[in-house]
Amino acid sequence: MYRILVKQEMAPEVKLFEIEAPQIAKKAQAGQFVILRIDEQGERIPLTIADYSREKGTVTIIFQEVGASTRKLGMLEERDCLLDFAGPLGKPTHVDKKGVVVCIGGGIGIAPVYPIARAMKEAGNQVISIIGARSKGILIYEKEMAAVSDKLYITTDDGSKGQQGFVTDPLKALIQSGIDIKEVIAIGPVVMMRSVAEVTRPYGIYTVVSLNPIMIDGTGMCGGCRVSVANENKFACVDGPEFDAHQVDFAGLMIRQQMYKDKEQGGCQCHSH
Amino acid sequence: MSFALGKTKMPEQSPAVRNKNFSEVALGYSDDDAILEARRCLQCKTAPCRKGCPVEVDIPAFINQIKQGDIESSNLIIKSTNALPAVCGRVCPQEEQCEKYCVLAKKGEAVGIGRLERFVADYARAHGEVLNAVEFAADAQRVAAIGSGPASLTVAGELAKRGYKVTVFEALHLPGGVLMYGIPEFRLPKDIVQAEIANLRKLGVEIVVNSVIGQTFTVDELLDEEGFHAVFIGTGAGLPHFMGMEGENLNGVYSANEFLTRCNLMKAYQFPEYKTPIHVGNHVAVIGGGNVAMDAARTALRLGAQKVYIVYRRSEEEMPARREEVHHAKEEGVGLRLLTSPVSITGNTKGWVTGLKTLCMKLGEPDSSGRRRPVEIPGAEAELAVDTVIIAIGQGPNPLLQATTPGLAVDKRGNIAAETGKTSRTGVFAGGDIVTGAATVILAMGAGKKAATAIDAYLKQSKTAQACSG
Repeated sequence: MYRILVKQEMAPEVKLFEIEAPQIAKKAQAGQFVILRIDEQGERIPLTIADYSREKGTVTIIFQEVGASTRKLGMLEERDCLLDFAGPLGKPTHVDKKGVVVCIGGGIGIAPVYPIARAMKEAGNQVISIIGARSKGILIYEKEMAAVSDKLYITTDDGSKGQQGFVTDPLKALIQSGIDIKEVIAIGPVVMMRSVAEVTRPYGIYTVVSLNPIMIDGTGMCGGCRVSVANENKFACVDGPEFDAHQVDFAGLMIRQQMYKDKEQGGCQCHSH
Repeated sequence: MSFALGKTKMPEQSPAVRNKNFSEVALGYSDDDAILEARRCLQCKTAPCRKGCPVEVDIPAFINQIKQGDIESSNLIIKSTNALPAVCGRVCPQEEQCEKYCVLAKKGEAVGIGRLERFVADYARAHGEVLNAVEFAADAQRVAAIGSGPASLTVAGELAKRGYKVTVFEALHLPGGVLMYGIPEFRLPKDIVQAEIANLRKLGVEIVVNSVIGQTFTVDELLDEEGFHAVFIGTGAGLPHFMGMEGENLNGVYSANEFLTRCNLMKAYQFPEYKTPIHVGNHVAVIGGGNVAMDAARTALRLGAQKVYIVYRRSEEEMPARREEVHHAKEEGVGLRLLTSPVSITGNTKGWVTGLKTLCMKLGEPDSSGRRRPVEIPGAEAELAVDTVIIAIGQGPNPLLQATTPGLAVDKRGNIAAETGKTSRTGVFAGGDIVTGAATVILAMGAGKKAATAIDAYLKQSKTAQACSG
């Protein structure tokens, strides 16, 4: 059993859990994910790791209540336990000193971008971050992102915080200003990641996205998370979750995420971001 | 004394009833059935049946005890060489193993050895089998078994009986490997698998779930930091093969692994009480001719598909599935589309499957497997209107452990090279599908048995070496 030590409401329907899982905390790296199950009847829910503490032996997850399973997860309280918690899964982010790195998080995707931005900063990069949400009330991790970024841009769809617009707006401005961007990392809704890829593609700026297709086991066994990358099928759970954004078939990914839409009343569509 | 030429029949659910439920198809022998069948055994002194058993169960001896009505003793005889008899009695291909060599098979049907093994195991479980925990020595050596399928469970049982402390690591949330995620409930009830595993726990085997070796721990960490003296790798053939044809990423296309895992491990057939959904559709094509294809087809029927087809490029004769499985599938209403080779999957504008394009084949000369090779009939194209396609053309080795264990030699297919259980790394052993490629439960158990012997020898030797140098 894996105990919830801390629960925080980050925004309406967005919750943070700090889970006691010393072995996973010991091995976790930025970019990896976990799979959890609430109870005996539960689905296996993949969630990207938002933070970890090797000292405390904890792993932090942030999730949005988007279906029956994540709503049920959100009803758990501190001291409650998860039945299953496995990880760390997937390959970690490739972190080294590159120069200027732009870290982009959209909505709940800001959570998994945070440990990546921190690791990039610690590796000696100049980290420029762009975070965005629909509006001010649901923008998470602003302080945390500010602390690990040399410069932080905020966008909201409605202009209630930062500049009105999308995360791609400051990105375009940065590119046009002539800064030598070595890498862009973007995590968020698929449409956002696709837009970022389209912005950087003409400039040939290496861009990485973290994908969240439907999966069961997370160890390469089911093939449900297959996604076409450079016209070749890859399993997001073991080959990813991060891929070269310019090679990803986003249209195919979006279709596959609709597979169980009609079953959401009973089960859920679980998205890590 | 005369003997019946045929096996004593085992009652089973009728096809029209069972193709709508997930309860077990075969219902097992009654006490009387079992004794009747046991009496057919000639008790041959040479026991040819034993040479067909990868774990060398003393078949005449256990059958003799049934004849005497002493089922407890019969169970002890089986258990001394087979840790999972309730599983083997159900899913072993006995017709190609023990029963193939039965003298009775020359004139009629072999003794129903599998059915009797199942009877004994079920009887023992129902009557509260007593198992004595192994008393471990204070300095008992520790062995990690990676994966919790038939190979690892056999290693665990064998080594525990020899006084080693074994920890089995499973990546998923329940132990059993393919017995849990792959083989359907109607062929192998999951509570029976868990009961067999509970028996191993009673022996003193520790089972740790949610541990993905290669990620949560590496093999080297198990040996260097976690205090294990040897490691056994029994991770099976878990990586699904796709065909690389157009349309494979459409919604409604599954690997058999995914389809079966959703249904078996995650209990999607009880959705929405269990939260994992599954899409079955009205018309289903299952590509492949093995046992996994039969399992997927029969599962699809039970989930409510109106029509299910097995699409196979050779003829029924060449199908790798057990005859019994093909027979059961046909009885239940699965249609066979033989000499039919899939070409591509068609879809609609929303990205869902609408059909499977195929080519008609004829049989040519035998290929390297000895089976007649299917050859295209030019221009003989067809399209099967389906809304679900399940690809069951085989599984390969999961590369995770090989990639995270330096110096572990693999063959060209990515399987771990391990003759007689030993790998290229000292103290690291392997067996089952991860070495041979996808095979059967009992062959994995046989490999587990051999590996246990190799591990025992290795640990004894290293203990002696340590004592000498220390």
